[in-house]
Amino acid sequence: MQAQASELHRDRQREWREKSVRRTLFVCALLSILTTIGIIVVLFSEAGKFFADVSIFDFLLGTQWTPLFQPKSFGVLPLVCGTFLIVAGSSIIAMPLGLASAIYLSEFASSRFRRSLKPILEILAGIPTIVYGYFALTFVTPILAYVFPSIAVYNAASASIVVAIMVLPMIVSLCDDALRAVPNSLREGAYALGATSFEVSTRVSVPAALSGVIASFVLAFSRAIGETMAVSLAAGNSPNLTINPLESIQTMTSYIVQVSLGDTPTGTVEYYTIFAVGALLFLITLVSNVVANRVLRRFREVYE
Amino acid sequence: MSNLLEITPELRHRRRKSTAFRYVCMSVTWMSVVLLVLLLAHVTKAGIDWLDWQFLTSFPSRFPEKAGLKSALLGSTWLIGLTAAFSIPIGVAAAIYLEEYAQKNRLNEFIEVNVTNLAGVPSIVYGILGLAIFVRGMGLGRSLLAGALTMSLLILPVIILASREAIRAVPNSIRQAAFALGATRWQTTRHHVLPAALPGILTGVILAMSRAIGETAPMVMIGAAAYVAFMPESPMSDFTTLPIQIYNWAKRPKEEFQQLAAAGIIVLLVALLLMNATAIVIRNMSQKKGA
Repeated sequence: MQAQASELHRDRQREWREKSVRRTLFVCALLSILTTIGIIVVLFSEAGKFFADVSIFDFLLGTQWTPLFQPKSFGVLPLVCGTFLIVAGSSIIAMPLGLASAIYLSEFASSRFRRSLKPILEILAGIPTIVYGYFALTFVTPILAYVFPSIAVYNAASASIVVAIMVLPMIVSLCDDALRAVPNSLREGAYALGATSFEVSTRVSVPAALSGVIASFVLAFSRAIGETMAVSLAAGNSPNLTINPLESIQTMTSYIVQVSLGDTPTGTVEYYTIFAVGALLFLITLVSNVVANRVLRRFREVYE
Repeated sequence: MSNLLEITPELRHRRRKSTAFRYVCMSVTWMSVVLLVLLLAHVTKAGIDWLDWQFLTSFPSRFPEKAGLKSALLGSTWLIGLTAAFSIPIGVAAAIYLEEYAQKNRLNEFIEVNVTNLAGVPSIVYGILGLAIFVRGMGLGRSLLAGALTMSLLILPVIILASREAIRAVPNSIRQAAFALGATRWQTTRHHVLPAALPGILTGVILAMSRAIGETAPMVMIGAAAYVAFMPESPMSDFTTLPIQIYNWAKRPKEEFQQLAAAGIIVLLVALLLMNATAIVIRNMSQKKGA
């Protein structure tokens, strides 16, 4: 009788411990949702204060961005344009190169070469963005200046090039994953019909892996939008509505950095601009990430 | 009857195209290697002459020949230590929950999607969050603590994703064996799953920390000071970090400061290299044991 009671007691204790462990773990997992809520609440409530002073149409459609000096003007288009200039430039460079590397790795390369290249890609992906900014400023820009003497010291072209180098590893490894998920039987079928390796790659493997390839492009695109330090070091701080990559521009991210480095007093319209611009940045990257992850998830389900 | 085995000009053309394609892809792939070498060579050439003991042990200065990394090195060390203390337990716990405990329901699915998307939020947005919540809202000021909390939120998704991968790789048979002997879920997790997943978790955690060392934008946002000529003494001290110091030097037009930035980058890259090497060693050791 005594023994049974103590066993019961032990069981209860055990049950209680199990429950409290589960609860603690759950709270830790919940923290990620709190973070998201925090981001949304902070960005949009503070941006709300900005939109109390500036109409949202002036913000989204205005073509002058001069919040830090008179006459003040809060048209965000020059920043958006600057951001997309960098995104377009880096995409044009990184997407074909990344896909070509991935094709080589998954279709042609020996497994030994793959194994030795993967760490190199990981190192490239792990180099802090500030290092790429330095590289852009002191290596890429002088080379560009040699080719295009009219180039500005701070320019969109050199920033685009280093952002391309930055997103390249991500594109390569995601495309490589997608290509390797394509069943070999498809390739063998094409080879059996007499296709060359070029034809197999471009007409069988890549189309079959297309959703993964596109998802990798979208993720790279969103990385490039959010890229901050390299861009603010290399591309300059002049909000220009231009599509000329040789000129100095300002992106949304480098504007936010510029304000936080200055001494803008809390509570002014200038201060709230960082939340308005941040909210816009967050929305654009969130939408592209959600789309890309959904595509990635779907295509994983198809082949597994 | 035409010979089926005949190599027609058309076939020759297709084959040539194929070979050319292969070479193009190969040279593009090699380009990554070349880029890495170029980058490292460029930085080393610019900064190696400035790298000496005095550089590591002096405070920043207006005079390039007297300037050093002391406060930045200490700041980064403090920051990483505090960040690790906050983010590793919470991140691993969240990963355990998602892999071992969570049932398939709406909430848990939402948490999963949410973590993936958080990992893609630009780091500067975390900086804005930290500025509004920790620096101003909670009144922590521009302190190490505010920086570490911000950095923890930033790398939590990375730790969670990496730890989940590691936990998922533990074979189910281990769990089933423990359950069959009457172990509870927590006993199974604590004594069998976690030890088996530990090398993978460690690798992920080290990689997350090396990301934290290099992050600049959020620390600029929360206002890690540009010029700190004293030692950070407590979590409430003002601070600066390695990448911020590099940024400040790189921004200056004077060439000596550019070279100082390069020297700082060498120090940063060596730190990263050491961390990555540790991760690789752990990974290889665990693979050997597994095989």
